[in-house]
Amino acid sequence: MTVTRYEVVASVEQLSDRAAGQVAAGARLADLFGTARDGGLLLTAQLAGPASLATVAAMLPPWQLSYPALTPRVGAAFWYEREIHDLFGVEPAGHPRLEPLVLPASGGQLPRPGAAGGPAVIDPDPGVLPRHTIGPGLFTIPHGPVRSGVTESIEYLVETPGEDIPHLNMRLFYKHRGIEKRFEGMHPADGVLLAERVEGVASVAHGLAYCQALEALADTAVPWRAALIRTLHAELERIACHLDVMIRLADGAGLAVATARFGWHKERVLRLTGQLSGSRFGRGVAVPGGVGREPGLPPADLLTAVGVLDRELTADVRLLLGTASFLDRLRRTGPLPPARAAQHGALGPVGRASGTADDARESRPYAAYQALGLAVSARDDGDALARLEVRADEIGASFHLLRQAADELAEAGHGPLRADWQVADGRTVSWAEAPHGELLYDLRIEDGVITRCRVRPASFHNLVLMHEVFAGDILTDFPFIEASFGLPVAGAAR
Amino acid sequence: MWALRGLRNGVLTTRWPASPDAYTAATRGAVTVLPGPAADTIDGTEASALCPAGAIRAGLAGTVRVDQGGCIMCGRCVTARPDVFGWSAGPGSPSLSRQGLVVPAAETAESLAEVTSRLRARTRALRRSVHLRHVDAGSDGSEEWEIMALLNPVYDIHRLGMFFTASPRHADILLVTGAGARGMAEPLRETYQAMPDPKVVIAVGTDAVTGGLARGSYATSGGIGGILPVDVWLPGSPPSPFAILSALLLAVDRLPGQRAATAAGHGVAGDPR
Ligand code: SF4
Repeated sequence: MTVTRYEVVASVEQLSDRAAGQVAAGARLADLFGTARDGGLLLTAQLAGPASLATVAAMLPPWQLSYPALTPRVGAAFWYEREIHDLFGVEPAGHPRLEPLVLPASGGQLPRPGAAGGPAVIDPDPGVLPRHTIGPGLFTIPHGPVRSGVTESIEYLVETPGEDIPHLNMRLFYKHRGIEKRFEGMHPADGVLLAERVEGVASVAHGLAYCQALEALADTAVPWRAALIRTLHAELERIACHLDVMIRLADGAGLAVATARFGWHKERVLRLTGQLSGSRFGRGVAVPGGVGREPGLPPADLLTAVGVLDRELTADVRLLLGTASFLDRLRRTGPLPPARAAQHGALGPVGRASGTADDARESRPYAAYQALGLAVSARDDGDALARLEVRADEIGASFHLLRQAADELAEAGHGPLRADWQVADGRTVSWAEAPHGELLYDLRIEDGVITRCRVRPASFHNLVLMHEVFAGDILTDFPFIEASFGLPVAGAAR
Repeated sequence: MWALRGLRNGVLTTRWPASPDAYTAATRGAVTVLPGPAADTIDGTEASALCPAGAIRAGLAGTVRVDQGGCIMCGRCVTARPDVFGWSAGPGSPSLSRQGLVVPAAETAESLAEVTSRLRARTRALRRSVHLRHVDAGSDGSEEWEIMALLNPVYDIHRLGMFFTASPRHADILLVTGAGARGMAEPLRETYQAMPDPKVVIAVGTDAVTGGLARGSYATSGGIGGILPVDVWLPGSPPSPFAILSALLLAVDRLPGQRAATAAGHGVAGDPR
């Protein structure tokens, strides 16, 4: 049973001490965010232990426009504090590089999630961004936000300080959509539709995590069949996302046949998802209290379809992992040392390829995971190859879970798909292990409407690690590093 | 070893639009208003309560209309009032005019004929080989997957003479996804300006058409229509690969049985996949 705790401490300094102390004792900083409240800015940290999640919050009074930054003590806060600065305008004093990340705004009003109302329009002001540094032996190569191919918009800045190895800086604000603020004022039952669109390729994980928050607040238990159907879809989504990474890696290496084969497998996974749920992305699967509809295939047919897919796909994965020229391209590319991954609390396949094996399906089980067998895969090489191997293992584990869930579903026969659920006020945290790693929602409902919905996708937490994984030739390695991280920009920029 | 597997791919490719494809009929198209008197029983209050995206409107005269360009395909209206709303089957519903996405049609045939002929004048040269460029203007990421799918062996748009190009200077068609994030307005304009004339812009997905659920956010423009002149409007959340393909073919006048002929058409009810 997972333990969650919520505690409000007296000051931001105490919050900082608590976070630093727990991280020193082995916890990881999983989130740090602000909520504009009547009494000031409520800063909230999520600290994850092996099977627990502690939420610690402190109020920064309105007259205080800065606080001592946490980043110098807990490095993982680096992007979180920049985001707080962008959205609320308070300054984490002593932050090593406080430049805009998700919203470069000048003067005027800020979004201030949690506050009633807010500005109708905020145009990003590139004028407040620091100028590219150019000097003797010092240069910056910008790449993006529009890049070649079909990609999400993001700007990468390769910074080459003198003789040092290059450093990668990222700007997410181009596709910032103000999603967290958009949740506010929505009816909780409608919020799931927006949650599914925070990261469209992980709609099921987002829908699930969001609905679990509502269900926790209302103390609603989801029917067993609904838990199984949610699990089925979450695993199909994982397979599709991992296949997408394989397509991009194979394509980058010029393996045309492999690219085509994996493209075909992915298409089949999306079609199966569509056949089961009505949506190729499993939208509408998670609804508060259960699932939206009966799966479009009976369990026996589902088992057959899964069997065919598993056989054909696994043979191709095996072949890919035996293609020597391809493996050579990935080996030692984009290494993330295990010590660094642990220190940052790296999530998902990126973390697991560098020895940080936390998987919420196992450590804090939800849906049907408690009852199903799951072997969490981990490597400690930390390179693009290890990340690929972890994903290959996870596809195998997902097929195993799919079979178990389909069997259980056949056993379960008929029964309700949705428990009676009513809106309940309160604040809670919920999670899911999305294909990209741990996903957190921190949801607050007051007078029956959403007043704050914090979404922390794994992409926001992990993307910053790309800063420092360029050991070799930056230009030739870049596509493989980006693909092997495999993080949706939509979620990171929100 | 890979070479041997490649041979097996040949038979996977769809023959659509030359021949029908069973999957297009099995996928969920857009929401439509079914013909019949039941539609008159919905008033403004019920219409706005039904649709979380604000895509359903009941006119003063009692006519219920769905703006497919604002529809996120949640299906709530179809579940709540199957007598009034249904899914159309088929690959999707691209339109050459923004108004054309409002069903039943409120638009006159003449106005549609006008936009059509204006576009045709520009795309006459593009019938054979077409180069595509994509820009993400604040998508949720799923539209990119569906565009990418056009390159897999199932859809294989190369067979239709369509190719992605890395440079806007070689592009004929700009596919834009996303709700019109304000940070992307300038880069999007720059890409458009770098394209040679004649050029065509396709708004890919409900988010690009109206902003979808991100409409009303401080950070989006409610679709890309305020940033670029759009030629083809394609709803869907996200639109399927067949829907994107149909929008591309509509843009270059190669889509059989175009929307102009079916704008007033009604879909089929039931539970498509
Ligand atoms: S399916 Fe479309 S029109 Fe119907 S309720 Fe959902 S968003 Fe509105």
